[in-house]
Formats: sequence, C-alpha cells, structure tokens
Amino acid sequence: MFFDSLLYGSLLIFIVGSAYKSYTWVSRQITGPELPYSTGQRISQVLKGILGVIFSGRVVTLVKVLILDVILQRRILKEDSLRWVMHMLIFVGFMLLLFIHAFESWTSSNLFEDYASTANPYLFLRNLFGLMVFSGVAIAMYRRFILKVPRLRTNGMDFYAIVIVAIIMITGFFLEGAKIISHNEFQRMVEEYADTDDAEELRALEAFWVEEFGVVSPKVAGPFETELLTQGQELHEMSCQSCHAVPEWAFISFNLSKGMRPMAQYLDDAEAAYFLWIIHILACFIGLAYLPFSKMFHIIATPLSLMANAVMDKERSHPANILTRQMLELDACTHCGTCSLRCSSSPAFDALGNDCILPSEKLQFIRKLAAGKALSPSERTALREGVYICTNCDRCTVVCPSGINLRDLWLNVREGLIQSDATGDPLMLSGFSFVRGLNRPNLTTEGYAKPLELARHEVAKGWPSAAETDSLNFNGGTESQAALPYDTETFRACYACQNCTSVCPVVAVCEKPEETLGLLPHQIMCCLGLGLTDMACGAGMIWDCVTCYQCQEHCPQLVEVTDILYQLKNIAIKGPRQGAAA
Amino acid sequence: MKYAFFLGCNIPARLEQYETASRAVMSRLGVGLIDYRDFTCCGYPLRNIDRKAYLLSAAGNLALAERDGVNIMALCKCCFGTLKEAQYILGGNETLRREINDMLKPRDLSYRGQVEVKHLLSVLYHDVGLDNLKKKISRKMKDLKIATHYGCHALRPSKVTQFDDPVAPTLFDELVKATGAKSVEWSEKLNCCGAPLMGVNDRVSMDLTQKKLDSGRESGADFLCTACPYCQLQFDQVQSMMASNGATGDALPSILYAQLLGLCMGVDEKSLGLEKNQVAIDNITSFITQE
Repeated sequence: MFFDSLLYGSLLIFIVGSAYKSYTWVSRQITGPELPYSTGQRISQVLKGILGVIFSGRVVTLVKVLILDVILQRRILKEDSLRWVMHMLIFVGFMLLLFIHAFESWTSSNLFEDYASTANPYLFLRNLFGLMVFSGVAIAMYRRFILKVPRLRTNGMDFYAIVIVAIIMITGFFLEGAKIISHNEFQRMVEEYADTDDAEELRALEAFWVEEFGVVSPKVAGPFETELLTQGQELHEMSCQSCHAVPEWAFISFNLSKGMRPMAQYLDDAEAAYFLWIIHILACFIGLAYLPFSKMFHIIATPLSLMANAVMDKERSHPANILTRQMLELDACTHCGTCSLRCSSSPAFDALGNDCILPSEKLQFIRKLAAGKALSPSERTALREGVYICTNCDRCTVVCPSGINLRDLWLNVREGLIQSDATGDPLMLSGFSFVRGLNRPNLTTEGYAKPLELARHEVAKGWPSAAETDSLNFNGGTESQAALPYDTETFRACYACQNCTSVCPVVAVCEKPEETLGLLPHQIMCCLGLGLTDMACGAGMIWDCVTCYQCQEHCPQLVEVTDILYQLKNIAIKGPRQGAAA
Repeated sequence: MKYAFFLGCNIPARLEQYETASRAVMSRLGVGLIDYRDFTCCGYPLRNIDRKAYLLSAAGNLALAERDGVNIMALCKCCFGTLKEAQYILGGNETLRREINDMLKPRDLSYRGQVEVKHLLSVLYHDVGLDNLKKKISRKMKDLKIATHYGCHALRPSKVTQFDDPVAPTLFDELVKATGAKSVEWSEKLNCCGAPLMGVNDRVSMDLTQKKLDSGRESGADFLCTACPYCQLQFDQVQSMMASNGATGDALPSILYAQLLGLCMGVDEKSLGLEKNQVAIDNITSFITQE
C-alpha cells in the first residue's frame, strides 16, 4: 500500500510534469519579437510536421538518427571516447535495471517463466548492470571533479543528477548485502516457504544457509557436522533452491555483506534492510517525480532534439515549429560542456571572466529568460556581452551531442536582447557584428538600424564631443584624461601633415567627413598630442575605421595611427570612468 | 612540408569551398596540413574590445603550433595579420608575454616566439615556389582577366606582416599569372574590401565595396580574385545583397585563388565548390584551355 501510493504518486508527478514541460515547448518562445502563433496553432503545426516526415523519404533519416545518434550515441563517441563509455554504461545499465528489476512485476515475471529476483541469471545480472551504472557515475565524478576538463562547469543540477543515481545504486547494493546476512529475512522466508515446521529440520536448514548462503545467525554457529548440513541441503533443495542461487553470484552485494557481517545482529535489530529499502525506493521515486524538472529530462528531450534537427531546416520547416524546437532544445541540453570546450571565443572567457561567453553557461541564462523569469541587470549585461562575443563559427552546433542548433539560438537571443533593450551595446560596433550584417536581409530596415544607432549613442556617451566643445581645456588641472593603456606614444611625432587623413578610404567615401566622423585621423593624433584623450575617445571615427592600415603605412613620422585607434576603442568601449582608470 | 592548418571562424561556417579547395590544392602540391581542434578565434574581432583577450586568443594558437614544432598556415588575411601582429607585440614586450603565458598555463601552453605564421599565398609563392606550382598545372586559362585583391591585413603594416611590398606588391599577380590568366592593373587594388565595417556601418562598408567593384569593372576584369574569407564574403554575399537593394552595374564575380588554381590543376568539382558562390562564377570554365 505504502509502496503503491508512493509509486503512483511519483508516477503521476512525472506524467503531469512531463506534460507541463512539453506544454512549455509549444506555449513559450525564446526571447525575440513575439510571433503570432497560438499554442493551438503550434500544436497543429507540430503534428503536421511529424506526419509530413513520417510519410516522406525523411523517415529514413529519422530512423538512422534514432539508431546511430540516440541509441548508439555516435555524436558523443566522435567527441570523446571516455565520455561515450561513461554515458553508455549509465544509459545501458540503467535501462536494463529498469527492465529486469524495477519493473519486474510487469516485465521479468511475465516474460521469464522461472523468474525470481534471487535466482540466476537475474541475481548476477542485477549486480552486473548495477556495476555498469556505478562505473559510469564514477567516471562522471572523475571527469567533473578530478580530471578538470577545461571549462566544464558543474552546477547544482549536474551535482543532483550524479548524487541521485549514485544513491540509488549504493542503497541497492547495501540493501541486497543486508538481506544476504539478515537472520530476520531468513526467518521470514522460512515462515512463508519452508515445507516443514519441525524445529530440528529448520535448524539443519539454518545451518546450511549459514554455511552456504552467508546468513549470520544468532542461534546456530559453525562448524557444523556434515550430517546436519546434508539434512539442511535436502530441505533447501526442496523449499528454497528453485528461487535462490548462491549469493556469490551477487558479486558486489555479497562482498559488501562480508564487511557487514560483524554488525549483522545490530543491523537486524535496527531493521536496516527495511530502511535501506525505504531509502532505495524513495530515491527512485524522487528521481522519477523530479525527472521532468531536472537535467535527467534530457532522456526525453535529447532524442527528440536529435531527431527534430535531423529532419528540420530553416527553408522547409514552418516558423512555428522552429520556435517549438528551440524551446525543446533548451531541455535537451545536458550541460555536458562540449560546446564550451570547442568554443572559438573561449580565450575571451579566460581573459574577461564572463561565464556567459561560454555557450554551455549562456544557455542556462537563456533557459531562465525563456521561462519568463527576469534577469538581474548584471546578469542581463553579462548575457548580452556573452551572446555578442561570439564569432558565429558554428562549432558548438557541429559538436553538440544533443544535436542542438545553437547557431540559430545565439542569433535569435542576440537579436532579441538588442531589440528589446533601451540602451545600446557598444560591442555592436566591433567585428562581431559581421554576421549580423550578412543576415541583414532577414531583418526589417528599422529593426536592423535602430540598435546600431543606440550603440553609437551609448559608446559616445560621457566623452566630450569635439563638435559641441566651444573652448578647449588643455589639462586644466581638475580634469583627468583617460590614458592610453599601452606603451605607444608615437603620436607625439605627428606634425599634422594630414597624410593619414588623405589616404583614409573611409574619409574618402564620406561627403562631409568632419560631420559624420567627428574627428579625422590626423585630428585625433593632434588631440592626443594636446592631452585631449577623452575627446579622441568620443570621435565616431574610431568606430568607422576599417583598420586597413593605410594611414599607419603612409605616415612619414611612423605614427602607429591604426594601432592607436584600436587602443582608443579599447578605452571607449569600457566607458569614461573605467576607460580612464585603465 | 607540413603546416598547422588555421581555418579561422568564417570559413567552416560560411565559406566551406575555401577549405575544400585549399585542401585539394595543397594535397596535389604535396603539402601536409595538420588540423588542430584546439585552435580558437585568432583574436581579430577582440582587438576592438580588449587587448589582453585578443593577445591571449592569438598566443594560444601560436603556442599550440609551436609546441609541435610546425608553422601555421592561415587561409584568412585577417587571421594572418592578427597572428602576425600578436607575435610582433609579444616579441617586443617581455612582461606582457610572461603575463599572457601565465594565463595560458591552465592549458599547458606557453608561447616562446618560435613559430612562423604564413598565409596560403605566401606558402604557395615562397615555400612551394612558382616552378613547382606550374608543374602541377595541367590546364591553363586563356584570355581571362583577373583583378587581384591583396587584402589589407596581409599587406599592412608591412613591417609587421612582411607579406610583400606594401606599395607595389607582385606576389599575388605572379600566382595568378601562373594559371595563364592576365592580372589587370586597377586603381583600387590595394584598398579595403569594406568587410570590417559590415554590420557596423553598412553604408561606408558598401560604398567601399562599390568603389572596388567599379574600379574592377573599369579595368576590364572578368573576375576579382581573393584569398581571404572576409574579402570574399564581401565581394560575393554582400555584392549580391547590394544588387538586390538596387545597386547599379553588372555583377563582378569574385573567385577564391584556391578555386582558380584548383580548376587549373583539374581538382574535382565538389572540392572546388564553384556553385557555392552567390555571384555565379561557373562561366570561368569557359576560359580553360586543354593542354
């Protein structure tokens, strides 16, 4: 009764939770302009899409992916063989344990005529499968806590997943061990199954079980006479043998039980077997009930993500289905860190220390965002920097074992954030905008230009503008100017010949260069010479520089004009105060 | 002859044909290419934001090749220039180099300055050599006029990149001539393609591109020829974007040098990926003479 209510209770939570999670796939969307699809429309598009695939040639792709990527996990193998071994051990071991052991009343008992959990091969197999899972968990712990795989972050959810599986396995083994030595357990079985109630005969049986099956008895102790054991064996063969193989076959639990023998009496008095059983099933039921809300939900979401990505593409798939797939993908992420290991921008993380530069960490914040939770201003800034410092090399998408289309996700989130934020992001003025430029045809004219204008405004904010300055204050004592952070002072040699400006291709294509660019290259060098670094930082020119190095190459005084513009950008992007401190 | 093959970020994601064509050409020339999964961004876009992040990015890549005692061959002029610049900065600043090396320690890397960075074109010209190159050319181009686009970050700053004469370079023209094509003179030859401002200031970016296209057309060129993904994407994808926005003038298609050379070496169509260009270049085959 107790067992059943727990089982059905957790099963119910699991089902409702899974249904709720699947509902979020079709009712929510990753940040971005609200798209006009109701949940109903999205569900019907999903069904249409699925039917469309099933009744087309793409079903072959689907089956192929199911076998190679879902069952055989080819994508993990390609990345790292140790990880593949780890995941296979846990995956296969756990599935088989579920099948022969956890669901035994539905599966094993019906399928195998002579099934008894303590008979072979089941006794042996349960230990073998348990060992598989346990070894997998051990490798996972080794990778996360000892090997220190670069940029593999461990969060609470990863820890939970490892702990819950480990508890299930460990309590399982100890439970079996405690039962092997338990005299109470022996007594209970005798009462239920022994074909005799003759005290002498039962003593013989007990002696035999103490000798051969590792039971620790308070009543009988060896060495036993051969006769007694023979009598016990006869009884054993009659009443017990059909269901019991010798416990040595439970090679892990049996060895554990040897260690537990000195405490056997105490354990029996404390009903250890019963409590271990409680912990074991509670852990299982907690795991089951919490599964839809934990990273273990990838058991369901990842196969779906792999298959969906194999048959979907931007051109063919309905936009509503792409929204749905992206929500599903958030649940398919196992936080395995492969993307961060291979991320082209990872050195930027090493230098700048913003977790959000790493794809695997970025995704955790995006989950929050997609769930409609508000990010704190600092989290939002970090996420925006993180999604912007990305070269769009697509490697994360290529290596993701869950087949998540991270490429589209980043572009989506990046656009969503810069469109919805009222303040511009100066990072938009760097080379990281190149791919956004190439994507321009997919955006509206206003939607494309507006964030860039805001970014211009934001980066110039706080720096004095040359156009709006009436009289110049040359180091007037109170004003501290930003300092050039590096060792170049070559601008001091500038004698304002304007060669840099006359060879500048950007100046050449501007109709009114001073108006559009703020300061021209030679004027910037002059500003620096006069100690007006702040004014130089405020010039639009530094952001319109194509870094072609014509100015630097053609300077008769060897002023490193382009390199100086790079430095000014480094200062300006951090804002006046931080820039000055740099 | 073996090089650490530096693909950068754009090529695998947006210009696969450059990779496949280069691999095919190099294998015919007997040049070995070693792939490094641990290569990251060269640091080029980071230069605008934070110098240390840029140098760390570059130094990690340099250190990887240096560890194995191989030189780097980049396909991208911006990667090439960025790595060269990093070598120049770190070579002249011992304190900074030590600081960067401290940050590389967790990756078991250290940069000592004993690796050379080359670009595909410099490898072809200097290491393979024009004579060896010509030996592998099985069919030549005839009556084909090419406008070579050198790419800023390879040429300048010349004291850092040491690619060729910054004012009157010839390396690329020689390589083009080796295929039998004529290299035309054009006024915008050494100027910027416009790509660095794409996405930042599209008007200036496209104006620069327009100037180059106009100048190329004026010179009578049939094709522009590039050896950098940024330049190529600008002349290809951005040009076709400009055309759909109503830009005037006939299209001036752009071909990657690896594609041009591959055609003359008889490299298979799949590796050349001519059809992957957005501004069609398949009519280039009409210039081929069988020998």
